Amino acid sequence: MNVFLGIDVGSVSTNIVLIDETHNVKQALYLRTLGRPIETLQNGLLKLYTLIPRETKVKGVGTTGSGRKLAALIVGADVVKNEITAHAVAAADQIPDVHSVLEIGGQDSKIIILENGIVSDFAMNTVCAAGTGSFLDQQAARLGLTIEEFSKLALKTKNPVRIAGRCSVFAESDMIHKQQLGHSISDIVAGLCQALVRNYLNNVGKGKDIKAPIIFQGGVAANPGIKIAFEEALGEKIIVPQWFNVMGAIGAAILAKEAVSGKNETNFKGFDLVKSDFTTLSFECQGCPNICEVIELYIDGNLKARWGDKCNKWTDAIENAG
Amino acid sequence: MILTFPHMGNMYIVVKGLLEYLDLDVVIPPFSSQKTLNLGVKYAPEFACLPLKINLGNLIEARQLGADTIIMAGGVGPCRFGLYAQVEKEILHELGYEYDTLVLEPPDKHLGQFIMRLKKIIGTNSWRKVIEAIKFSYQKACAIDLVERKVQYLRPREKRIGTVDIIYKHVLNTIDNAQSYISLQEATGLGLLKLEQVPVNDDLRIIKIGLIGEIYTLLEPFVNLEIEKELGKLGVEVTRSLYLSEWINSHLLMNYSKREKVKPFVQLAKPYLNYFVGGHGRETIGYAVGFSQEGFHGLIQIAPLTCMPEIVAHSILPKVREECNIPILTIYVDEQSGKAGLVTRLEAFIDLIRRQLENQRRIAK
Repeated sequence: MNVFLGIDVGSVSTNIVLIDETHNVKQALYLRTLGRPIETLQNGLLKLYTLIPRETKVKGVGTTGSGRKLAALIVGADVVKNEITAHAVAAADQIPDVHSVLEIGGQDSKIIILENGIVSDFAMNTVCAAGTGSFLDQQAARLGLTIEEFSKLALKTKNPVRIAGRCSVFAESDMIHKQQLGHSISDIVAGLCQALVRNYLNNVGKGKDIKAPIIFQGGVAANPGIKIAFEEALGEKIIVPQWFNVMGAIGAAILAKEAVSGKNETNFKGFDLVKSDFTTLSFECQGCPNICEVIELYIDGNLKARWGDKCNKWTDAIENAG
Repeated sequence: MILTFPHMGNMYIVVKGLLEYLDLDVVIPPFSSQKTLNLGVKYAPEFACLPLKINLGNLIEARQLGADTIIMAGGVGPCRFGLYAQVEKEILHELGYEYDTLVLEPPDKHLGQFIMRLKKIIGTNSWRKVIEAIKFSYQKACAIDLVERKVQYLRPREKRIGTVDIIYKHVLNTIDNAQSYISLQEATGLGLLKLEQVPVNDDLRIIKIGLIGEIYTLLEPFVNLEIEKELGKLGVEVTRSLYLSEWINSHLLMNYSKREKVKPFVQLAKPYLNYFVGGHGRETIGYAVGFSQEGFHGLIQIAPLTCMPEIVAHSILPKVREECNIPILTIYVDEQSGKAGLVTRLEAFIDLIRRQLENQRRIAK
């Protein structure tokens, strides 16, 4: 069986999927990055290898997410794409006439508007991460709940309270304040969901023409409270796709299929790469007052890549050496 | 009296050219760097916009090199920049950096007013010499823009990434060092000749992007995270709404030098924004319309976070986007901005445009 591998290395999760030639998801892994992207990726691939039949052939690999470049160097990717394109491609593949994609991940949130399956406009949160997955994680932990329990709490509400959602620090103080007044936790959590949705629509969604069909994806789409809050705010039905939490990786896999079509070869290094040793080192360049932190990637002891310098003198030294 | 002034892209070459022509002592602050920004962030009010912070860093660094008099533009109207010269002077004073400050308010009324303010700086120089100096430094600005437009054209086309920028840096130095019209002409001519020799790829599908927004973030590469270079790597030819010489001509010289290049942005902006909202808000809208009429593939608006005129423009741009049918991306920068985030957005934006074009081609077939 021929498959395509999609890898999405994000701040909170590292997602790996395998799709077949007709874009059916064969395997999907959702792993916590835990600040160790390389290790997580290696473990993920190892796990994936044990799950797939022997005759599976990886024909192409795509990477996306904030760690896309690092992941591409490690696995040998055929295509490296930003997460907006990857998410849009996956959304348009799953629901072909989709118009709006709401995506909330670990640390960023975005909105993508499509016309006839092609992105026509998008926005990403710039200076504020209020309302993203990390904040919800933190609040769940504060209330001593797992994120799954926390998600379902909002559904029990009768009377959501109003929470200030502009800033996550103030949202937290406001939640504590409402809690001390005696409101039930489910009302507070439901209020928080509404506040986050308001914040999202006012910041990321500002000036965007949100129309049905609307897809809601990314890790936070697992939270039914947020979904309901979106439906109330927009007055439209919200679709949460089956693979909502690995859509970026699916998009990367589809893009990989596009990238290798017609050339029948892949840069994929094979599953043996999990045995390789990947080390990153960094140093501060003293060449000018910018004092850039330059990062070096060693694969089995050989220097393979360098990045992080503003003037590119370190980056170029490697690229020009071939 | 040792003069200095804050950086704004290549403007230092022009101002230095002007002052040195008049035999005045000048200290150019070190190029804006992380150190400059750190100094500014440390001493500036947090909610001030980025130009104030970097200005402040520049002036502290220049004081350490011996400068004692600041020349700075001021301003009237809704943009906060008009007050920055005064605010910076106060902050510097409190930190113990004593400076004399000469503020040149934009002479949007008449040239004479500008000259009057200049009188304070020029001392014993004759008016005739001042006019010569202005003309000469204006020629430097024109030379820089000529070279820069060539660089913008070549960046997406060069075979080996970075070649053009190495030459560009060198040419800027030779223009900076030119002391006479002859050496300026030579520097410009040789510079263009060198750029023409850069090996280029021919059969590329180049995307044309218009860069619009606030002047400082448009002109200062350190602040806009070298957006033009990054776009070049993505195969994009960039044209800005604002070039140094055009700005000097229209704002400081009262269109003394008649140039056809200057777009009637006020007329173009009219259906959307019929009022001077401060800063370059109206230009942003006007050029957005102008660029879309000229067949550009997309527009990128760039501004410092909390910039009021650009926030006004930002809220009007969706209408322009809809009616002129052109994709627009807005980017705000401040001291927290990271290059990775910028590159992700630029990549996605250029992807969007390329996919739309491919789709149009497919339909056309």
